[in-house]
Amino acid sequence: MIVGSIAGIGAGLAAIGAGIGIGQIGGKAMEGMARQPEAASKIQTAMLIAAAFVEAVALFGVVVAFLGTGNVG
Amino acid sequence: MDLSHIFNLKKIAITAFCAVFLVAAHAQEHENTDSASVEPVETETGHADKEAPISETILHHIADSHEWHFWGEGEHKVAIPLPVILVTKNGIVTFLSNKHDQDEHGKEVFEEKGQQLVNFHGGYYYPTAAANHEGEYVVLDQYKVPTNEKPLDLSITKNVASMLISVVVILFVFISIANAYKKRVGKAPKGMQSLFEPIIIFVRDDIAKPQLGHRYKGFMPYLLTVFFFVWINNLMGIIPFFPGGANLTGNISVTAMLALCTFILTNVNGKKNYWGHVFTPHVPWWLYPLMIPVEIIGLFTKPIALMIRLFANITAGHILILSLLSLIFILKSVAAAGVAVPFVLFISVIELVVGFIQAFIFTILSALFIGMAVEEHAEH
Amino acid sequence: MLLALNPLVKPDPGLFIWATVAFLLLFILLRAFAWKPIVAALDERERNIEDALSKAEMAKQEMAKLTSENEQLLKQARAERDAILKEAKELKDQIVSDAKKSAQTEGNKLIEKAKLEINAQKAAAMAEVKSQVVSLSLEIAEKVLRKQFEDQGKQQALVNDLLKEVKLN
Repeated sequence: MIVGSIAGIGAGLAAIGAGIGIGQIGGKAMEGMARQPEAASKIQTAMLIAAAFVEAVALFGVVVAFLGTGNVG
Repeated sequence: MDLSHIFNLKKIAITAFCAVFLVAAHAQEHENTDSASVEPVETETGHADKEAPISETILHHIADSHEWHFWGEGEHKVAIPLPVILVTKNGIVTFLSNKHDQDEHGKEVFEEKGQQLVNFHGGYYYPTAAANHEGEYVVLDQYKVPTNEKPLDLSITKNVASMLISVVVILFVFISIANAYKKRVGKAPKGMQSLFEPIIIFVRDDIAKPQLGHRYKGFMPYLLTVFFFVWINNLMGIIPFFPGGANLTGNISVTAMLALCTFILTNVNGKKNYWGHVFTPHVPWWLYPLMIPVEIIGLFTKPIALMIRLFANITAGHILILSLLSLIFILKSVAAAGVAVPFVLFISVIELVVGFIQAFIFTILSALFIGMAVEEHAEH
Repeated sequence: MLLALNPLVKPDPGLFIWATVAFLLLFILLRAFAWKPIVAALDERERNIEDALSKAEMAKQEMAKLTSENEQLLKQARAERDAILKEAKELKDQIVSDAKKSAQTEGNKLIEKAKLEINAQKAAAMAEVKSQVVSLSLEIAEKVLRKQFEDQGKQQALVNDLLKEVKLN
């Protein structure tokens, strides 16, 4: 139970980092699109790819939390 | 990438309508199952253990199973039994799952084709010679996982059945579209053809061409297959009842298989430049002992990240929806449904978008990795 | 083993095998029966559209060329017409002026002729009148003379007068 909670906290911390990262990516992409609306589609693709890479970090945290929670099912 | 032609307002309205309908059905189904599974525990153990059965129920719904469950528990259960196929030491054993599902705690040993087996929480194991002190013919480790040997389980489980349905659907849809293209040469697309054509063109122009350059043609079949396999299964996962409801793309075996395909395709198509990057990186020679293992690990982390990304995204969506619905039973008030159901509706609509985006991400990252491998000359 | 802790992250070999089989089957069937014709049809259509667009562009250019040619022709025709009109006008003017001139000369001629005639007539009339006057005067003079010279005396007197008048200069 305690291991599970700590793993949960870890996952939450990973999510904070990823949240900041994705926020940065999204914000900068918006800025870029506002500055160059004609490049919006390219920026969108690049943004999604970068966001996916950052998101993977948070997901690793979640999966490690799953590993730590033991056999619940 | 312009998603506006896919996510236009009219379609959103239609999907939202479908989502309302589906969520209503979802709620009804879970009301039945969850109340059945939670209430007996309440009476037995009281409030202290309240969360355990909820998360158990959620995990049970996300995990694979040998039957397609509708509602009810125990004798009143309504479910489609699915065939169990076991490759045992004595050959292949087959039976319908409802034949041996009365006991799921490993307490009854049954015999099929001369092979003794025991059912422990939906998994089939070879029984131990004698029962332990709780009457179970299994040996449990500290996490209550049986350490018994098990036969290779090739059953048509819920996930497999759902996957086969999706394969049939995809085959039917796209072969009929292909026939439409053959029949209506030079004419404007019509019906399903015009529904999927922009998506096929989207995969070609926004995924394959930018990542693979002029080599895109050879990889189009793989990318299209992966995209539609992931997308259709994501959508079927959101459907809460029969043809869907299986958490297929949220199952690590399936995403591992897809990631393995990308991994094999990447390395089989790897050109000199790609392998050169791994074995002779652009660093001083004395860093090679450090860099080469890092590069080799890098080869594996890419598909593993691909696997975990899809699995965790879809599983998280399912857990979120089920958790929100469980609020009704945790708070034990129908009024909570007033909050939970709109929230579930909202999350379901987001899941529709996530289903598409994850299919897109999986495909574009596959294309990116393959594109990096087939690149002839280093650009840096 | 850490991976075995949670059923969620435990790969299931059975499902893995089924997924591989199903996915490969799907891939092979779709590649043969769906993606090839679809991608080929899409490429074909795109090529057709490009062709059509370039053809339309060419037609447009042709059209523009034709239009400019037409315009030139029109211009030419207009210039020709103007020239013809001008010529016709000149001709007309000439004819009119010629006619005027000839009419004038004819008229002058006629007037001249008439004048001559009138003069001739006048002369004739005058001659007639003169002869008439002469004959009348002679008649009168005869009659007067006759009367005068009925008496001898008077004749003598006259002769005398006349003789008187005649001075042998």
